[in-house]
Amino acid sequence: MVFAHGFGCDQNMWRLVAPHFEDDFKIVLFDLMGYGGSDLSSYDPERYDSLQAYADDVLRICHELRLTDVIFVGHSVSAMIGGLAAAAEPSLFAKLVFVGPSPRYIDDDDYVGGFGEEDIRELLDSLESNYLGWSSAMAPVVMGNPERPELGEELTESFCRTDPAIAHRFARVTFLSDNRADLAQIKTPTLVLQAKKDAIAPVAVGEFVAEQLPQSTYVLLDAIGHCPNLSAPEATVSAISAFVRDR
Amino acid sequence: MTDSRYNTSKTDVALDGFYTALLDDDPSALYERAPCGYLSTTPDGSIVKVNQTFCALTGYAKGELVGKRRFAELLTVGGQMYHETHFAPMLQMEGQVRAIALEVVRVDGERLPVLVNAVLERDDAGNPVIVRTAVFDATDRREYERELLRAKQRAEESEARARALVHTLQQTLIPPEPPDIPGLDVAAAFRPAGVGDEIGGDFYDVFQIGTGDWAVAIGDVCGKGVEAAVITALARHTIRAAAVHSSRPSEILAIVNEVLLRHESERFCTIALMRLRQTGGDWTATVSSAGHPLPLVCTETGEVREIGGFGALLGVLPQAGLTDDDVSLRRGDSLFLFTDGVLEARAGSDFFGEERLKAALPGLATSASAMADGILDGTLRFQSGVTSDDIALVAVRIP
Repeated sequence: MVFAHGFGCDQNMWRLVAPHFEDDFKIVLFDLMGYGGSDLSSYDPERYDSLQAYADDVLRICHELRLTDVIFVGHSVSAMIGGLAAAAEPSLFAKLVFVGPSPRYIDDDDYVGGFGEEDIRELLDSLESNYLGWSSAMAPVVMGNPERPELGEELTESFCRTDPAIAHRFARVTFLSDNRADLAQIKTPTLVLQAKKDAIAPVAVGEFVAEQLPQSTYVLLDAIGHCPNLSAPEATVSAISAFVRDR
Repeated sequence: MTDSRYNTSKTDVALDGFYTALLDDDPSALYERAPCGYLSTTPDGSIVKVNQTFCALTGYAKGELVGKRRFAELLTVGGQMYHETHFAPMLQMEGQVRAIALEVVRVDGERLPVLVNAVLERDDAGNPVIVRTAVFDATDRREYERELLRAKQRAEESEARARALVHTLQQTLIPPEPPDIPGLDVAAAFRPAGVGDEIGGDFYDVFQIGTGDWAVAIGDVCGKGVEAAVITALARHTIRAAAVHSSRPSEILAIVNEVLLRHESERFCTIALMRLRQTGGDWTATVSSAGHPLPLVCTETGEVREIGGFGALLGVLPQAGLTDDDVSLRRGDSLFLFTDGVLEARAGSDFFGEERLKAALPGLATSASAMADGILDGTLRFQSGVTSDDIALVAVRIP
């Protein structure tokens, strides 16, 4: 099982979920480029200007580790990243789990994504004002700074923090993407996990994803917020467990 | 000596005052009129308790919030997205968040910039029980931060402009392509030190003196930056101006020396100047060097030797002691002029050096561009692509 985190944080997002599958599956956790322990020096803004680059990274991880019958569990934007990977190489994937997916965040004619372009600009502002401390506080950590051991402590608090330029770019790639047309190309059986109240991916969007996917199972979780994997880990685990163990 | 009794009584007085103030401050006022907005919510954000300060900041009545709204719903949409993707996960994972900048939408629709701290309380079994959130009015601070951001953006823009200026200026000092000279094959190469964000002191120039009469100059001004660029431009243009009246390279360089001595700058430079004259089908090179590595001639048979009269560097002594050296060139002969960035390319404690240069030239002497590109590549590879000094070189071949 390959677990992929969503926009904003890192693989720690799966801390309450992934261990429940350790006994029966090989577990692969990774950080999307730009987050967590990924090598920021190999971040290429040209390459990472679409979700396809992140999907290619997933495929490279699968090939490098010689994985077969992959069950890909993607949260938030990583649902679409996994979907793109599965559409490109269907034979690699046995099942997909989408937690809080959205193929398009911005409203468009009859489609309700939940956001306007102005909202995305506001998010970018929020990112910017919350990364004021990044350059001075985090840069020495990234560079390694043995004379200041207290920075090691800050590093453990770096969950949900990355270089502001990378966060800004990934926010644009994530929230301006439109993968509605790709859904029909994802032939792998897919579980859509939807929280009953989610400000990022509303129920109508989850239902839309389940309808458009050729082979989908839809589960509405009794959870509030965009991260049921953190706020309702038990319900999340049991829904995923029922789906992946069902043969 | 300090009087311990006096200290004790002073401490007692302070403590008494503290306890009196503590007892006098009504706990409910302490909560309701705290100097920050204060809310308690269930783990999923539903507001269960809120103080007067928060209501005053936002314009909401308690009854409109308690049991009816979630904290995130009071934020701007962008703020809600930040809350869902950063704030809530951090709170869940780390048990607290500190100094998060958000905007609360007041009841009148106005936006209130706030800084938010929150802690998540768990019961003994580790289940989340309650979230306590403190909200600080950050209107002034946010404006100040915006100014800082604008200043940072302006600084980045002017840095980009300065880099563009460096690039443009460097191109005026280093011609992108040497001119076509009838009967000669000429090529040049230049690589600035480091990432090239500073104007270096290396330069070269190729220009016509008369029919079948050309000058090739290569030089190195000490230092970097604007002042070095001024001297580079001065030296380069003095050579061109002096070449109108003088034809001997040593004389031209002596004029450059005088000009530099009169210039207020303390900087000096090294230059190798070569005059190439065509008589019939043959070419003669007259070479003078002022403290500069001597140009090399590579014959068709593969012999490599230095040419040029050698004098002192320019801008230091009143008499630079410059001389000329004449060399007749045959078909297939090549000339190679370079700056010390070639010789001083480093790999650890090893330098590229004259021996490597002399050994490399005969194999490359099939064309001027093969020599220029080959030696540039060789020195770059030698120092693993990290240039510690500018590299300039000019190759001339009699085809």
